[in-house]
Amino acid sequence: MENRQKENRIITDGLSYRYPEAERDAVSDVALRVRAGEFVCILGHNGSGKSTLAKLFNALYVPTEGTVWVCGMDTKDDELVFDIRQNAGMVFQNPDNQIVATVVEEDVAFGLENNGVPPQEIRVRIDEALAAVGMSERAKKAPHMLSGGQKQRVAIAGVLAMRPSVIILDESTAMLDPSGRAEVMNTVRRLNREEGISIVLITHFMTEAAQADMIYVMDGGKIAMTGTPREVFSQIGRVRALGLDVPPMTALAETLGKAGLPVRPDVLTVEEMVEEVCRLQSKG
Amino acid sequence: MPIAVEGVSYVYMAGSPYETKALDNVNLTIEDGEFVALIGHTGSGKSTLVQHLNGLLSPTSGRVLVDGQDLAQKGTDKRAVRFRVGLVFQYPENQLFEETVEKDIAFGPKNLGLAQEEISRRVKDAMRRVALSYDELSQRSVFELSGGQMRRVAIAGVLAMEPKVLVLDEPCAGLDPHGREEILGLIRRLHAESGTTIVMVSHSMDDVANLAERVIVMDHGTVAMDGTPREVFSRGDRLREMGLDVPQAVELAEALRARGIPVPQGAYLPGEVARAILAFAGKGEEPC
Repeated sequence: MENRQKENRIITDGLSYRYPEAERDAVSDVALRVRAGEFVCILGHNGSGKSTLAKLFNALYVPTEGTVWVCGMDTKDDELVFDIRQNAGMVFQNPDNQIVATVVEEDVAFGLENNGVPPQEIRVRIDEALAAVGMSERAKKAPHMLSGGQKQRVAIAGVLAMRPSVIILDESTAMLDPSGRAEVMNTVRRLNREEGISIVLITHFMTEAAQADMIYVMDGGKIAMTGTPREVFSQIGRVRALGLDVPPMTALAETLGKAGLPVRPDVLTVEEMVEEVCRLQSKG
Repeated sequence: MPIAVEGVSYVYMAGSPYETKALDNVNLTIEDGEFVALIGHTGSGKSTLVQHLNGLLSPTSGRVLVDGQDLAQKGTDKRAVRFRVGLVFQYPENQLFEETVEKDIAFGPKNLGLAQEEISRRVKDAMRRVALSYDELSQRSVFELSGGQMRRVAIAGVLAMEPKVLVLDEPCAGLDPHGREEILGLIRRLHAESGTTIVMVSHSMDDVANLAERVIVMDHGTVAMDGTPREVFSRGDRLREMGLDVPQAVELAEALRARGIPVPQGAYLPGEVARAILAFAGKGEEPC
């Protein structure tokens, strides 16, 4: 168990959650894990239980049944709540609802001050966190003058300043324009690769999901599919039946396949499609 | 009921340190029955332009003519214009407030002073158009509905005003793929079946490619491009300079061409690119 928990940032076992007075579980018997340095994506249509699951990951909700361990800590243990939230930071959907201060760096400092981190240490951590999301130059700015993508990066910096092991993004790109989405996704990917922070990304954008190491698809509170993006998206029929899309290039591979061209069904990106077409050509 | 935007400029917070020119000499005409997509990065002036189309904002200079009437001129019945140009804001479900779905959709028609019978007819008709069951949902609280359903109630509230022109500001933002399909399907039907003029602000180039007949690209408060999707998406480099995406099919077409695979210029739909690939593979030309 000791070792298992070193390698895994989040483990859930038989995890169920039912809202008070609800007739059925919002999350039902979920077993999954997020490894150290892993980039996990959770997909599912609205109401499938994704956001409830995310809130179980950092003790905003505690399980009705089963267990969630965050870096080995059971989220049911009241005394560990602050340690758990420091380790599993959460970024929400609406950039305007999660900024509390009137100056960017004060907003980043908010969690640290609440945790009683000494002032000199706070300074260091703010500078590090803003640098990591590429917002150092805006440290003294007013958050309301920032774009949506910049606000979300400030929110990520606030989480980052707590030195978390895993960052959970609950549809954090949903309200952004394409360049804001790209800013957030580049920041997240870099934190994942360079800092080794595990990522749990909840999204409706299949092109974002395609960048993950592992995808879990939720349906009716349960995990309906698990696998790498390639494994999941190549099962186009099942993905669609679960109310989701596949990336445009995967759909195109299906079209070409149906027309009799032996294209791999698990193409995810434009680059892969180009390689695939060229490969077919050099064979033929 | 054409809308003509003539030399329109708009300045926010004039005279303050935050003064911003959001629109700079915009000229365009939207004809009856068109399906226009309005694209541009955040801050390009799309939303400001959209709010000029029904007189919510008045130009700092220039004029907007709806059906030949100048919206800013005294004597123009702005209220009547707003009934004919329906505006669906971003996240319109945030504006739902009534106790039931029926009351919320009826709010506009009621303020028109219509007879109860007519109001009732319009509510039923609007619900049918957005594919919500009147029998099942009309007496429910709007807050019991799913996100996609709430958005359709909000759109139904605008449709109940029976507008000739429907302007939608990012109608699919924040919805899951199924919810998006529902909303896009209903917009497509409104356009095809009722001939409603559609102006849709969107960040999704794939949606724009699939739906629009004309694409207007805004950049720094000006109209940077105005043409068919084929014309606009064939200028991928220019779009990227303006911070915009192109549909993935266009990206693929460009990448294939760079490898010497012939894809017709201007191809922007997945089906077109697929046909080009199949034609190429079938011919067995030199490896790339």
